[in-house]
Amino acid sequence: MVSRRDFVRICTMAGAAVGLSAAAVSQIVEAAAKGLKPSVVWLHFQECTGCTESLLRTSHPGIADVILDLVSLDYHETLFAAAGHQAEAALQDTIKANAGKFICVVEGAIPTKDGGIYCQIGGRTAVDILNDVGSKAGAIIAIGSCASWGGIPSADPNPTGATGVPMILKGKPVVTLPGCPSNPYNFLGVALQYATLGTLPKLDDLGRPLFAYGRTIHEHCPRRAHFDAGRFAGKFGDEGHRLGYCLYKLGCKGPMTHANCSTLAFGEVVDCWPIGIGHPCVGCTEQAVAFRIPMHTTVPIDRPTPPDTYPPIHAPQGGISPVATAVAGVIGGAILGAGYVASRRIDEADRPSNADKG
Amino acid sequence: MSARAYAVGGPILTRPFKVLLALFGLGGVLILFRFATGLGRITAMNDGYPWGLWIAFDVVTGTALACGGYSVALLVYVMNKGKYHPLVRPAVLTSALGYTLAGFGVALDIGRWWNIWRVPLFFWRWNLDSVLLEVALCITSYMFVLWIELSPAFLERAEQQTGVPWLARFAARTRPIVEKALLWIIALGILLPTMHQSSLGALMLIAGPRLHPLWNTGWLPLLFLMSCIAMGYAAVVFESTLSRLAFGRAPDLKVRPTSDTVPSTSDRAMLASLSQAMVPLGTGYVLLRLIDLAGRGQLPALFAFDFYSVMALLELALFMLAIGLLLRDSDRQKPGTLFKAAMLFMLAGSLYRFDTYLVAFQPGAHWSYFPSVTEILVTVGLIAGEILAYILIVKLFPILTLEKRDVAYHH
Amino acid sequence: MAISRRTALRVALAGAAAAVAAPVKASAPIAAPADAVGLLYDTTKCIGCKACVSACRDANGLEPDTTWSEGRYHAPLDLSARAKTVIKLYDEGTQSSFMKAQCMHCLDPACANACMLGAFKKREFGIVTYDVDYCIGCRYCEVACPYGVPKFEWSKVAPKMVKCELCSHRLAQGRQPACTEVCPRQAVIFGKRTDLLREAHRRLAEQPAIYVQKVYGEHDGGGTQCLYISHVPFDKVGLPALGEESTPSLQRTIQHSIYKGFAAPVALYGLLGAVMLRNRRKEASA
Repeated sequence: MVSRRDFVRICTMAGAAVGLSAAAVSQIVEAAAKGLKPSVVWLHFQECTGCTESLLRTSHPGIADVILDLVSLDYHETLFAAAGHQAEAALQDTIKANAGKFICVVEGAIPTKDGGIYCQIGGRTAVDILNDVGSKAGAIIAIGSCASWGGIPSADPNPTGATGVPMILKGKPVVTLPGCPSNPYNFLGVALQYATLGTLPKLDDLGRPLFAYGRTIHEHCPRRAHFDAGRFAGKFGDEGHRLGYCLYKLGCKGPMTHANCSTLAFGEVVDCWPIGIGHPCVGCTEQAVAFRIPMHTTVPIDRPTPPDTYPPIHAPQGGISPVATAVAGVIGGAILGAGYVASRRIDEADRPSNADKG
Repeated sequence: MSARAYAVGGPILTRPFKVLLALFGLGGVLILFRFATGLGRITAMNDGYPWGLWIAFDVVTGTALACGGYSVALLVYVMNKGKYHPLVRPAVLTSALGYTLAGFGVALDIGRWWNIWRVPLFFWRWNLDSVLLEVALCITSYMFVLWIELSPAFLERAEQQTGVPWLARFAARTRPIVEKALLWIIALGILLPTMHQSSLGALMLIAGPRLHPLWNTGWLPLLFLMSCIAMGYAAVVFESTLSRLAFGRAPDLKVRPTSDTVPSTSDRAMLASLSQAMVPLGTGYVLLRLIDLAGRGQLPALFAFDFYSVMALLELALFMLAIGLLLRDSDRQKPGTLFKAAMLFMLAGSLYRFDTYLVAFQPGAHWSYFPSVTEILVTVGLIAGEILAYILIVKLFPILTLEKRDVAYHH
Repeated sequence: MAISRRTALRVALAGAAAAVAAPVKASAPIAAPADAVGLLYDTTKCIGCKACVSACRDANGLEPDTTWSEGRYHAPLDLSARAKTVIKLYDEGTQSSFMKAQCMHCLDPACANACMLGAFKKREFGIVTYDVDYCIGCRYCEVACPYGVPKFEWSKVAPKMVKCELCSHRLAQGRQPACTEVCPRQAVIFGKRTDLLREAHRRLAEQPAIYVQKVYGEHDGGGTQCLYISHVPFDKVGLPALGEESTPSLQRTIQHSIYKGFAAPVALYGLLGAVMLRNRRKEASA
């Protein structure tokens, strides 16, 4: 059991992550204390279970305990003691009992090729399971890049036709929390908001909560000052790298990647993320970037801002091409020369005939 | 010897013609590029020097060199020196071609050329403070006036086309109308260049402190006007002498100086006395410039021997050199000397305009500009085109006045 | 006795000469419109954060000027077709200052004077705005401006002229220009010209040891609506010493004295016609 103080602290952190006010946080605490725990059905498909593990890795205090105190985790293949028919029965009971109210969390991609046979649980394809459970859920959260848009399984050549939850459950509001893994506090914030206030946070057009995915890494990176000042690491291990300079030249995808890794620590350890340990961001939240653009390929800057340097009052511009000057000189010389020659020819023509020709 | 205008005739596709055609073609291709890719690719103009070679030369200098029609009209129709009449048509042709080239140069240089028709048409939007508006409207109307002035030459030839009866009839009916109205058209052809050539001088005054003091004077309009009239006479001498050299011989004779290439006495005398007009104009220009510089305390700047001073001194030196060649009658009687003096005048006036528009314009020492190779090639191509048109028209239409004996060599 | 044609011509040319000559004195300075608005930039307050540069680019929908930075930064060297404002640095060891450059919105703008069809014109609130429909891209405005403000889109096939228009599209919505809205130290502020002048003089009087005792733009070049106060000499930050006469006034005076009411051209035409008629009659009778 966690102490009330720790409990409140964790609720506060989770609430702050999602941008809830102090008043809303106390609502969360109250509701949890009352035992009003929303039912959560957690589906696993083509995944590595990293998102679950990431959630479980928080340990100050043990988030696993908090999750069990704040939500009713009614179906989770990794954490379940049950298996086989028992587990299946539990799933069907839960979704029937909490129809329209439970949170359906999806982890992992859903294969669609060949009728979706590449992921089957209990004899049913992932597509069927998702359609069945998703149609009865109150809210659907796709945790991790795999569930959001296909993730690693969808990398070229995508032999299984792996895709994300929004592409299957078209038309239903799906909160996507891409990331590889997704930051657990983003999930906690969304789940708690739904659980206590019954609302979902503001989402962008891909279903990503704006509080977490509204800005690119580049826009709130701790190494941004180095970028603006033009200080870069050129190679792994060189002077710039060891001094912690900007990793843009090493292929950082920060300018193209929407996420909040730079401001919200993973596993409660500051700098426990790629840039923090000196590797460029790989853009794991973005379908167009992750597993598509090579890790060390530089990307264009979406909205460039001024650097840390200043132009002088009178910056030299324009120029004088030496080739053009030469060409002009040749032409000028040719005209003058021709003129001179012509005048000589006219004079010559004049000489033999001084007599009147009229 | 009776003299009247005849088409020169002869083969069109001579070797010089083909060379000019190649240059014109090259210029044409680059012009297409300019319209396809924008001004930045083909020219070296930049935000420090928004006006470059095409304005300074093709438009400003080009129109000044094309003032032959204006200058000769002043002599023949206002001062009633009828003996120069044979010079009118070729001068007007050169002017018409020169102004058409300038008009095309403008269309080429402006960024939003598709809006250009709004300038003459949308009179309620006219900004009457804008000197450029006046220049634009004047140059456009003058271009039309010049072609109308020239039209009798085309109508004459058309009248002879008995093979195309409707054309001959049309020409026969139209020519008298034009010739009756010609006086008022010519008067317009004197008024308009007076207006816009002086305004071309006033144009750069707007740069204010960004115009170097050696050129920055309220007398710019008058200086431009005087120099352009002189350049007009110089251009007439230049073009007459070269035409004589090029066309005053039978087409099958080899190129060598023969007595036939010598201007007849009447021609030589005509050009000699015409060239006298350049002396008072040139002298007036030099005096006015020096007095103006002195009056504004700029004589030390003139002799500072920095880049600007050297350019200004060069202008004055060229003018004075040219004037010097024309002071004595014995010199004026030599066609070669006349030709040299004419070239010097044209050079001097052109340099003055180049300097006013490009050298004197000072956006700041951090800016520099020199026309790019492609920019230069377009100008060369346009000039080649103008010469091509001149040759074509002179060979096909009665423009040049040839002695009867010359006509015997041609068909 | 009839006038000889020589005399007639001399008179005509002399008249024309006199008309085109005379470097006359310029006319009286143009007053600011009653509702004139503008900016006041105080070099002592600017920290060079360039928030104004970013905000301006955003508010005006301009592409970033990445020419000099390998695509990485919006780093204009100067005002350009993609930068309606820029922060420059004057640094001479002991003295330094930031400098925000943008259109000065002159009381007698040279660009508006130059523009043939009034594409650039001083419109509401005295702001010099751009009407692209009447621009032919002749760049005479660029030649005219003493501050080198209007810029041309050299790289475009359908180019426009680009310059600050004091965010008139935002003013219409009751908002401030983007630059003044984001400035974290109010180094550049927006307001009515009269108010800004008063504030500027108040600051000069308050700290005479720090400021150069002049408000640039009060009278310079005929007066501008964007005003500057500075702790370093104005020419060091690129503001030219212009005198009180606006730069287009000399040209305008000369042009108007020649062409006033179009009388001189009409008179000259009449005179030419008369002379030429006489000559023709003389030829006919000879």
